[in-house]
Amino acid sequence: MSQAVPTTPDIDAPEGSRGDDTKAPRRTRSDKAARRLTSKPASIIAICLAVLWTIPTFGLFVTSFRPPTEIRSSGWWTSFFSTDYTLDNYSDALFSGSTSFASYFINSIVITLPAVVMPITIALLAAYAFAWIDFKGRTFLFVAVFALQVVPIQVTLVPLLTQYVDWGIAGSFWPIWLSHTIFALPLAIFLLHNFMKDIPRELVEAARVDGAGHVKIFFVVLMPLLVPAIAAFGIFQFLWVWNDLLVALTFGSAKDVAPMTVRLAELSGSRGASWHLLPAGAFISMIVPVAVFLGLQRYFVRGLLAGSVKG
Amino acid sequence: MDWLLEADGVGQKLGVMLVAILLFVVVMGLILFFVDRPKNTPRWVVVTAFTGPAVLLIAFGLLYPGIKTIRDSFYNRTSDVFVGFDNYVTAFTQDEFQIVLRNTAIWVILVPIAATLLGLIYAVVVDRSRFEKFAKTLIFMPMAISMVGASIIWKFMYEYKPASRPQIGLLNQTLVWLGLEPQKFLLDAPMNTFWLIVVMIWIQAGFAMTILAAAIRAIPDDVVEAARLDGVNGLELFRHITVPSIRPALVVVLTTIAIGTLKVFDIVRTMTGGRFETSVIANEFYTQALRQGDTGLGSALAVILFVLVVPIIIYNVRQLRKTEEIR
Amino acid sequence: MTRTTTARGKRGLTVLAAGGAGLALVLAGCSSSDDSSDDTADVMADVDCADYEVYGDLEGTTVSVYSSIVDLEAEQQEQSYDPFEECTGATVEYEGSKEFEAQLPVRIQSGSAPDIAFVPQPGFLRTLVADYPDALTPVGDQASQNVDEFYSESWRDYGTVDGELYGTPLGANVKSFVWYSPSMFADAGYEVPESWEDMIALSDQIVEDTADDPDTKPWCAGIGSGDATGWPATDWLEDVMLRTAGPDVYDQWVSHEIPFNDPQVQDALAQVGTVLKNEEYVNGGLGDVTSIATTEFTEAGYPIIDQLCYMHRQASFYQANWSTLDPDLQVAEDGDIWAFYLPAPSDAEKKPLLGGGEFVVSFDDRPEVQAFQAYLASPEWSNNKATATPQGWISANNGLDTSLLQSPIDQLSVELLTDEEYEFRFDGSDMMPGQVGAGSFWTEMTEWIASDKSDEDVLDAIEASWPSS
Repeated sequence: MSQAVPTTPDIDAPEGSRGDDTKAPRRTRSDKAARRLTSKPASIIAICLAVLWTIPTFGLFVTSFRPPTEIRSSGWWTSFFSTDYTLDNYSDALFSGSTSFASYFINSIVITLPAVVMPITIALLAAYAFAWIDFKGRTFLFVAVFALQVVPIQVTLVPLLTQYVDWGIAGSFWPIWLSHTIFALPLAIFLLHNFMKDIPRELVEAARVDGAGHVKIFFVVLMPLLVPAIAAFGIFQFLWVWNDLLVALTFGSAKDVAPMTVRLAELSGSRGASWHLLPAGAFISMIVPVAVFLGLQRYFVRGLLAGSVKG
Repeated sequence: MDWLLEADGVGQKLGVMLVAILLFVVVMGLILFFVDRPKNTPRWVVVTAFTGPAVLLIAFGLLYPGIKTIRDSFYNRTSDVFVGFDNYVTAFTQDEFQIVLRNTAIWVILVPIAATLLGLIYAVVVDRSRFEKFAKTLIFMPMAISMVGASIIWKFMYEYKPASRPQIGLLNQTLVWLGLEPQKFLLDAPMNTFWLIVVMIWIQAGFAMTILAAAIRAIPDDVVEAARLDGVNGLELFRHITVPSIRPALVVVLTTIAIGTLKVFDIVRTMTGGRFETSVIANEFYTQALRQGDTGLGSALAVILFVLVVPIIIYNVRQLRKTEEIR
Repeated sequence: MTRTTTARGKRGLTVLAAGGAGLALVLAGCSSSDDSSDDTADVMADVDCADYEVYGDLEGTTVSVYSSIVDLEAEQQEQSYDPFEECTGATVEYEGSKEFEAQLPVRIQSGSAPDIAFVPQPGFLRTLVADYPDALTPVGDQASQNVDEFYSESWRDYGTVDGELYGTPLGANVKSFVWYSPSMFADAGYEVPESWEDMIALSDQIVEDTADDPDTKPWCAGIGSGDATGWPATDWLEDVMLRTAGPDVYDQWVSHEIPFNDPQVQDALAQVGTVLKNEEYVNGGLGDVTSIATTEFTEAGYPIIDQLCYMHRQASFYQANWSTLDPDLQVAEDGDIWAFYLPAPSDAEKKPLLGGGEFVVSFDDRPEVQAFQAYLASPEWSNNKATATPQGWISANNGLDTSLLQSPIDQLSVELLTDEEYEFRFDGSDMMPGQVGAGSFWTEMTEWIASDKSDEDVLDAIEASWPSS
């Protein structure tokens, strides 16, 4: 573990990564300059990509404020010259349903939090075993778990729902949590295992010599180093669950548990007559994920496995 | 217990959620507590405790349905009459199935490579720049939009109007500004498949960038410093230091995107409905299994998907062996 | 990781959660002040519970309903159940999803079928009965009597599989409409055509009159509809088939007594081609013939507003698309937008009318389920539904009080539906097996337009896809 102490104050570190990670490796300013590629062409590439990547979303954003007659007769870029914007699309998308939008919003939160916490916890334990405990059939089991990623969720719907109905939990939040947990596990184990096995052997061995058991090694040695990886996977799992429609439709479409996506999917009406509400709907569902990304960014911006010696 | 199965009002919902998380934490905690109690716990007990929950859930929710799918692929549409390889014959003799296979291959090769490459380049160029956070958020944003949302966005981008009418789609407007004829992006095969692929790349580059940026950050400073002292320039640094150092992360990203791409059907389904020679196997699978209610044929198509992922698995096992050897 | 970070992390998450809860509260506050039932007539206004005594006392029971009807229309559905719930004491739990057709079989197979489902195609109903014979319940006596009393023989037949009545009719729609702008027609001095020949002559006239304007065409069309892309083109063929070959041959074609690629079908398709594949006629304001394939059907009629196209063939439900585009548009015979009946050839004996509708299927025979199904087949329900719906709903129930219908297009639709002069036929693709009606028929018609596949190849391919059993 590199315990490099900053030789100069880390003044231009990105906001949020400052001060709170005393054990993470520090780079000196000279490092920083040295790390960067020849900066001018690099900046140009970065700006071009960022602009290219953002224009489509930006276009939709502008579109979401335009009345339907305008949307269909002129491009969104022309609207800067005529200030004909409206909030109607948003108010229709939010308040036209019979069930209040807030109820769907709460459901989305209630669904998402456990559906992020559960798979990550279970996957962390499994990934630890696959990376640091020697046992027979380890590789086989690991490959099997990872290969099962390919099973399309659609083929699992009927077998799973049949069980949930049998157990009498259909219609509650439990089937949704359970299903999301199951579907997330292969990828979670695969990703976390990859980060876990990169942790230097010496660290683990040292703890073993001190007499620590697996549980202790897991919590005391590995977990702190894995926070960035957990944050990174956490944000993706959050996104998938938040944006999921299929699992929600199959296991939880009843109004008292249905998430926002179920409502947004029907925004355009039975025969798609209200197509103009879709851009507004897309933005409403985007707000929370982007906020979460910004909120969690500081955890993984300084690097997965920040602090390990090995790449 | 009934209280946990209901969802009346905000208070109860949040309450049930908290109780669920607490319950989960307690159960996991108890398992670990008992595993750790006696000093010399047999290894199999530890292994079972650590992998048990995951293996159980996966066996119940993915392995069993997977095996059932393989079985169903040899049965008729309601899974009660054995039909041998009939479903596979139907699948392969379907009109244009060659095109579907070809499209799937193009998707699964192009999307991972392009998304990873773009994500990598971007991660490298914004690494430690002043606007890093903001810049990363911009590339990440498409990830935050659902597939259906992304399809709406790109339908607007590709919108076609005749040359004499005002354009609504930005791409065609750009063509017009350049003095070219507007194109029917989604109609003209085989280029339309590439235009759909662009959407997936646009989404997945954010995933690649996030993981790879983190991996780049983990490259030890002394390595970079040493190379720098040897007079290595930016591009060489990228080729000889950065890329080899993050190799494991690259493999993970490529694999994840490739498998995700094999399964994706929302983009094709919402943008072209699989018409105009743009269909992929996942879309055919969805159509047969869920639209036509043909469990047999749908399962056969799903099994073809399983088979397509085998090369990816083999590649990963090889990588795994390699790193094991190093350790 | 140090303790400071963890503490901060927790605070960050708390703030996030608090922010979320705050936003939710704001949303709750706004939405509760917005009463969505304000603008609809009160369904409960003149309900006499005596009419509902036939259903008995259903206090404490619950009926679950699942359908493809969502959003505003779903609310109107739910309102129309209020009198039943009020008078019998039963509770109706309605759920709508646009993925209904994919989700219903999943629920049936998992043992969690709803009590009642609204199936929008007789063909799908047939598939359900064939695939899950034990899951569906034949219609109970009370509902069956209502169907006999209030619906014509043919509507009963649509819901009948192998001699057993499984589905009772719910709503209906009329598809043989051509949307146009009365004011535009008046300005140009055009008359609404009375026969197919007139309509073609009018099209030629428009081509001539707009020769100097390359964008303006007599017709506009669009068949884009996600994974259902192609269905508006199948409606075209069915409508023309009814007119060129007649309703009897049409029935044989739909039930596959004559092959799909019968010469009479080829004639009809060629006839459709004279409009949809005629570069002089299409595609007003939208491009050439192939642009039909990528234009969303929801937007395909809009060039009429821009005076770039004069006629757009689409069903009665398209009226909703005009009002979402611009609530100020007047949909009226002398207004901005109106529809005329897609005319028959002048030598046709009867005027064929293409349409569609939904059917109520039950998965349980509990008394409350049977009672609710009977209610949905009664004139009371039809009238309650008409009261609850400002526009976009009609039914074939002969007890429907047409004065309750609020939109002029709905009134016109019912007028045609009940007029002896018109002969109604159900949408053929909805009656055919799913592999054809929701499969090859859609995809092949799309190819017919998108890649100019020949009439013969298209019909041969569909015929080949017809399931053998």
